[in-house]
Amino acid sequence: MVTTRTTMRTHWVALRTMLIFTLVLGVAYTIVVTGIGQLALPAQANGSVIRSGDDIVGSALIGQSFTDADWEPLPEWFQSRPSAAGDGYDAGASSGSNYGPENADLIAAIEERKAQVAESNGVSPDDVPADALTASASGLDPHISPEYALLQVPRVAAERGLAEAAVRELVESRIQARDLGYLGEPTVNVLQLNLALAELEG
Amino acid sequence: MDEFFAVAQAVTLALALALIYRPLGDYMAHLYTSDSDWRIERGLYRIVGVDPRSEQSWRAYTRAVLAFSLIGALLVYALQRAQAVLPYSLGLPAIPEGLSFNTAASFVSNTNWQSYSPEVTMGYTVQLAGLAVQNFVSAAVGIAVAVALVRGFARRRSGTIGNFWVDLFRGSFRLLLPLALVSSVVLIVGGVVQNFNGFTEITTLAGTTQSLPGGPVASQEAIKELGTNGGGFFNANSAHPFENPTAWTSLFEIVLLLAIPFALPRTFGRMVGSDKQGYAILAVMATIFVGSLVALSIFEANGAGTAPELAGGAMEGKEQRFGIFGSALFGSASTLTSTGAVNSMHDSFTALGGMMPMLNMMLGEVAPGGVGSGLYGMLVLAVIAVFIAGLLVGRTPEYLGKKIGPREIKLASLYILVTPTLVLAGTALSFAIPGVREDVESISIWNPGIHGMSEVLYAFTSASNNNGSAFAGLTANTPWLNTALGVAMLLGRFVPIVLVLAIAGSLAAQDKTPATAGTLPTHRPQFVGLLIGVTVIVTALTYFPVLALGPLAEGLS
Repeated sequence: MVTTRTTMRTHWVALRTMLIFTLVLGVAYTIVVTGIGQLALPAQANGSVIRSGDDIVGSALIGQSFTDADWEPLPEWFQSRPSAAGDGYDAGASSGSNYGPENADLIAAIEERKAQVAESNGVSPDDVPADALTASASGLDPHISPEYALLQVPRVAAERGLAEAAVRELVESRIQARDLGYLGEPTVNVLQLNLALAELEG
Repeated sequence: MDEFFAVAQAVTLALALALIYRPLGDYMAHLYTSDSDWRIERGLYRIVGVDPRSEQSWRAYTRAVLAFSLIGALLVYALQRAQAVLPYSLGLPAIPEGLSFNTAASFVSNTNWQSYSPEVTMGYTVQLAGLAVQNFVSAAVGIAVAVALVRGFARRRSGTIGNFWVDLFRGSFRLLLPLALVSSVVLIVGGVVQNFNGFTEITTLAGTTQSLPGGPVASQEAIKELGTNGGGFFNANSAHPFENPTAWTSLFEIVLLLAIPFALPRTFGRMVGSDKQGYAILAVMATIFVGSLVALSIFEANGAGTAPELAGGAMEGKEQRFGIFGSALFGSASTLTSTGAVNSMHDSFTALGGMMPMLNMMLGEVAPGGVGSGLYGMLVLAVIAVFIAGLLVGRTPEYLGKKIGPREIKLASLYILVTPTLVLAGTALSFAIPGVREDVESISIWNPGIHGMSEVLYAFTSASNNNGSAFAGLTANTPWLNTALGVAMLLGRFVPIVLVLAIAGSLAAQDKTPATAGTLPTHRPQFVGLLIGVTVIVTALTYFPVLALGPLAEGLS
């Protein structure tokens, strides 16, 4: 027979247990991990930021858009993937597009991007790789495929008056192989590539 | 060549899990059978008022589970409602009632469905004191219930099935906490952030501004995977580079979310005194897992559908560093457990690819399933399987020396009816109630047509099975969906738990029947095949019609 008294007692035990767990598993655990991170691994724990002088120009992990105020691509920079985070690479609003495979808006967007990338780089639409045409899951993907990076070399070199071979060499030196040689996909970090590109000129 | 890398990645995962299987499984078996408490635990038991040596009947155990979960839910609810006055809230306001209810139900039921976008909704205090705590304890509750059921099989003529408070404390402090501490440091090494910096405004290389988020992410990420919770610190969940920066962290997170569910069969085998019984359950889980993973990988690599074909690959909603196979592996692992974390957007999968996560959840999340819930779900199916085998040969069914009588079968049948009822009724009501239908179609659904129906079906499948992943185009922060999904999560979690504990009580009370020549051996390939068949057929019969209306129609049209 369950009395009100035992029910009350059980809940009283539950409440005290929850408070202990909140202190240990919520507060203490988080503080300990934060302490370890800040003391032993401060660069990673604080977002792997890249500095130029004293200013933070970004995070090695968070993609940026290389567009003007009207979201038009700036041709002198290597372009990132399309982004559905806010108006594009809004790091406060990570998101994919969530368009399904038959969504008419997505199909139209891919067609438009395909034409734009092909035209601005002077290549056939069939040569544009998939990552150049699709928005990533986070909207903050810092990477593009090596194919998309290499495809942009002639355009970037021409815009900047640089030798194409020099830019190509730069891109090739920036290709990150699969983790441990076989996990994930080969990538090029766009922000780091563009930073190196800026130095190439300087 | 790509296939080679895909296989190598899966083999690495399998090797890691194989290495973990025995030590972790044995450790858990020791943990939940040992009589000795640590000194500090004895102190804590005194503070909360529990006698660690007293045992509970199944009814008392159930009451303790429910009381603890109720208090937990109220606390999460209260923290959200009080957010405006809490420290480290990033200036965010209190969370409205409907969303607070949904979130409390979600985290207490180990679902971690998120009707909200965390960056702009949850401050650090709610995240760590409310949500992260539930990530630990809802997982510990799941394991406790599974262990209680295993005790039912292991004990004879026993009126009790253990002590919930002891199981809860040990699971939280001796299992999850140390694993989470180590894993979160590994994640920081990989680049996952761990700070209280808030947002940092920066000027980008191209001269625009960007607002980089901070937060205690690694600590939450570790337990979110280990406890098969899945609630992201950020909206993009494990696709966000600050939650999952590299391909190797992604594989590491997959190992974390599979570690305990895949090791629990070992614990089960140990506790019932036959490692082979554990291997049989493991074989069922692993076979279904591999089959499902292969199917999803093929669907996504083929990239069928208008948009993927136009783009030259199904890369919409996928990160370059993970690629298609890294996304398929994560998606499979996450939905075959109750994790629901995503490193790619399932809404943008190919039509048949998007069906696979749904199917994984509809299987009841038993291969290997959520921490604890996967094992007890599979054991309930095993009870059904021996019953069916018993009908075929005309003998009283037995499992591990326990007679499976009318009471056990009634409870097991109710168990497998709960989630299908919630999924199908919830989806149907969303389109059947006139006012709700308008709301769902005009506000909630993002993709028009068949895919929109799939978004709603996915939501109820995810909530009722306590997964938490979504076809995330769906706007779920509406009165109907917050309420209906919240109710589905609570019923989908706690009704099965009550039934499982009732089965545990009824089994524990029995004596063991000695095995005879006529006893169905439950550790041989024959039984493994039978159990796989039962799992798949129960699911297929229940869900085939609704899948035909959604992803199958989209994929085959």
